[in-house]
This record gives sequence, C-alpha cells and structure tokens, in this order.
Amino acid sequence: MTEACGSILGYTGQFSLGHAGFMSVGGYTAAKLTLVTVALIPASFHPIAFMIACLLGGLAAAVAGLIVGIPSLRLRGDYLAIVTLGAGEIIRVIWQNTEAVGGASGLSGIPKSTTLGWTFAFAVLTIYVVLCLVNSTYGRGFIAVADDELAADAMGINPVRYKVTAFVVGAFFAGIAGALYAHHKQTIVPTGFDWLKSVDIVVMVILGGMGRTPGVIVAAILLTWLPEQLRVIADYRMIVYALLIILLMILRPQGLFTFKTRKGASVS
Amino acid sequence: MNSSDPLLRLRSVSIRFGGLTAVSGVDFEIASREMVGLIGPNGAGKTTVFNLITGVYQPTEGEIEFCGQSLIGLKPNALTRLGIARTFQNIRLFPSLSVFDNVRAAMQVRNPHGMLSALWRGKSFYSGENAVEKSVMELLSIFHLERMRSDAATSLPYGAQRRLEIVRALATQPRLLLLDEPAAGMNPAEKEELKELIRFIHEKFEIGILLVEHDMDVVMGVCERIVVLEYGKMIADGSPEEIRDHPAVIEAYLGNEDEDDWNEEVANA
Repeated sequence: MTEACGSILGYTGQFSLGHAGFMSVGGYTAAKLTLVTVALIPASFHPIAFMIACLLGGLAAAVAGLIVGIPSLRLRGDYLAIVTLGAGEIIRVIWQNTEAVGGASGLSGIPKSTTLGWTFAFAVLTIYVVLCLVNSTYGRGFIAVADDELAADAMGINPVRYKVTAFVVGAFFAGIAGALYAHHKQTIVPTGFDWLKSVDIVVMVILGGMGRTPGVIVAAILLTWLPEQLRVIADYRMIVYALLIILLMILRPQGLFTFKTRKGASVS
Repeated sequence: MNSSDPLLRLRSVSIRFGGLTAVSGVDFEIASREMVGLIGPNGAGKTTVFNLITGVYQPTEGEIEFCGQSLIGLKPNALTRLGIARTFQNIRLFPSLSVFDNVRAAMQVRNPHGMLSALWRGKSFYSGENAVEKSVMELLSIFHLERMRSDAATSLPYGAQRRLEIVRALATQPRLLLLDEPAAGMNPAEKEELKELIRFIHEKFEIGILLVEHDMDVVMGVCERIVVLEYGKMIADGSPEEIRDHPAVIEAYLGNEDEDDWNEEVANA
C-alpha cells in the first residue's frame, strides 16, 4: 500500500530495480525486532515498539541503500538498473542463507500490528517528506541533477551527493514499507522480495509519471487494487504490465496522470 | 587571496589524450574585472582550454590557479563554489524546470539550507527561501526575463535561452564568468544584443569574463585583451589592435596566400 515511496525514484531520474531488496531489509529488521521484543515488554507498549521497529527497519534499509548507492550511482541508466537489480537479488540470497532469520522458510508468527492507521500515517509521512524536499531551493537540485548532470555540476551542485541522498531516502521509505508489509502478512519469506516486486514499484512510478508525486500515488493504489480484482488472469500480470508500459511510452511518455507542472514563483 | 594574485592564472598548462597533445604550454592570466577573449581556428584547443579551467579535464602538466589557489583535482561543482561560473556552447538549461527554478537551482550554492532545514521548515528556512526568491526575481528583472518566469525554460526563444543561461551562471555569484561560444547560432541583430549584454554584465557585476568565441566581430567588439591559440599552442596575447595586425594570427586564420579575407573580416569588426 505505501509503495508510493517509489516516487523518490522519479526525482533524480535514477532507475533502480533494487527496491524490493531494501524493502526486505526493512521487513526483516523490523520483524526480527518485534519477534524478540514481543515477549519482553508489556502489551500496552507494543504499538510504540512497532513504530520504533518500523523506523529502525527504515534506517537499516537506508544504510543498505548507502552501501549499495555509493559505488553504483557512478553508473547511469541501464547499467545502474542492472547493478541495483543484482544488489536486490544479493540481499534476497543473503536472507535465504541466514538461519537466524529462518533461511528459505522465512520468519513467521510476526504480530499483526499493521493497521490502516499506521499505513496511512507512514504514507502521509512519506508524501510530506517528498513534497518538502522537492519544494525547496535545495530540492530543486535533485531535479536539476536528473535533468542534466553536467549542467548541475557546473552550477555548483554535487551530483553524486544528491543522487546518493535521494537513493538513501528512497531506501529508507522502502524499508518502512517492508516493515509494514511484514507486520501485515505476519510472515515473510525471501522469495516474496524477488525482483518482480521491484518491477511492480518501477511500473507504478512510470505509470504515475516520473517525478510526479500525486500521479505515483494514484498509480500505486491502482496497481495494488487492480490485481486483486483481476485474480483470474493473475498469471498474465507481467504481460499486462509490459503491454501497459509500451502503450504508455507511445501514448503518454510524461506519465498517465499529469497534473499542473511545477510553477516557478510559488515557494510553498 | 593575495592582492597581487591575478583572478586566474594558467602556467604552462598541457593536456595529452593518449598520444595526442591537445594543448601544450599555455600561459596566460586574467586580472580581476578583466574581459579576455580566447580565439583560434577550428580545432585549436579553445574548448579544451575551457574544459581545463572548468574542471571537466585535468591538465597533464602545468598549474591552474584561481586567486592564488590551485584548481588541480577539483570537480566542476567545487570550482563553482570558489567563484567560477560557466555557460555551455550548446545551451544546457534544466528542461523540466521553469525559468525561475532554473535560476533558483543555481542559487543553492550560496544557500545554507540543506535537507534537514527543508524538512523541518523553521523560520530561518522561510527567510532563506524568501531571500532566494527575491534575488532570483532581481536577476530576472535585470535581464528582462521576469515576465517569463513560470514558462518552461526550453520554451523560450533562442536568444532568451542564452540570456537565461548567463543569468543562471550569475546566480552562483561568480568572480569569473566563462562564456563558451555564446554567439554560436546567432544572427547579426542578436549578436549586437549579445555584445551589449556582455558589456553590461562586465560593468554591473564587476567580474572577470573569459569569452571563448569563434565570431571575430563579437570578440573584437567587447574584449580588452585577446589570447590566440593554434594547434594547442598560444601564438599571440594582446589588445584587439595588436591581434588584428599580428602576422602569426593572420597566417593561422587564413594561411599566407589570401590575407584579403582576413582584412575584410576585421574591417567589418
């Protein structure tokens, strides 16, 4: 539900296929934390513990994002996509072979702490952070880097730092999304975070329009809801996605939902 | 900065790409507030010298100093923070940003508010943003772009895009402005406007300007001093009058046989 975090992707134009990996880092960290602490603290503190676990899950994912991001963000486009895809798969394989988190069978018996309220709260936080960042003089740097790295560099904007920052922020929210996911499904397995999950996120961003938050949110909701309605053809989902993207690239390269473009004079 | 240091100093700067020596032993200085032109025939190494000064390339040999500080090893964004701004030969505005935001993005070099401040949104953040907004509007109105502030930068007419790119460079508050062939693709009327514009910037902002240019008319018309390159070597350095009559320059441009074309060209200038 909160995969609107993918909108971070759009703003620096970095094409990452590793977000499922970062989601899993957040999910596993948070799940392990709550599983360990659930017996130790009284029930009335569980919501607080859950919130802290979510944030720590986000932080762990951000650290993973930093480690992956610093070397790989020197690459661009296709190369970056492949490296992040690889990184996501590496993270998944690490989980699969770590007995402490259940290996291939994953973690189960996670308390069902994710409520609509929590999901909504974290979604609002994500959107707030993204909007605040972008609607500032500082945030214009992200768009400048996405538009033209060389020109941004010449304007005193350090492209590497901006890209890594965006990547880490994106990983942080992917981590939180993973934590929420884990506490919703109550069980997580490594195969739940394969690269197709990353493709899901990327499709949402592309459908919504790169770097356009409202569009991405609408697309995220749509793409979570649609498969539920179309269970019968679930096996053909990836084919449908591919067709959707091809159609979109031809018909509306700026994204499905384009709202008024950013106006200059308003500093909100 | 020592007061005796020039704004920019190149000392026997050379760069080799594999076996090819693109630029060798280039030596020149720019004093603060001086307007210098860099000219040369096609392939003489003008753009290479430009890229060396802006940190895109690193020299194989020699030293480049800005206000007495070595620039060797610094990235373009670090140079901009020191006070060197540039424009691009083929205009490179940020296409998905408005005119206003193109200038605003460049302002952040001098804006102390980073990510945390943008998230926290305290009082100092808003006063900082207001200050940025005010100075962007000031710059835009000086260059008659304020009415187009909300337009997409790439939707402006060609001449206005050139102007906007210069405004964006000025927004980083440079002490040295490097212009890479600003007259490329301009008609005579636009060139006249450009000359006016460069003179105006030079006086108004009191900065040094290095103009790399193909167009003789523009260089002769605005520069106080001209450096001439040929085959990566400096062949002359002097006032426009000296350059006009310099035998090596005439030869470089036209060869020995037909000096008439050259004379015709400078006579028009």
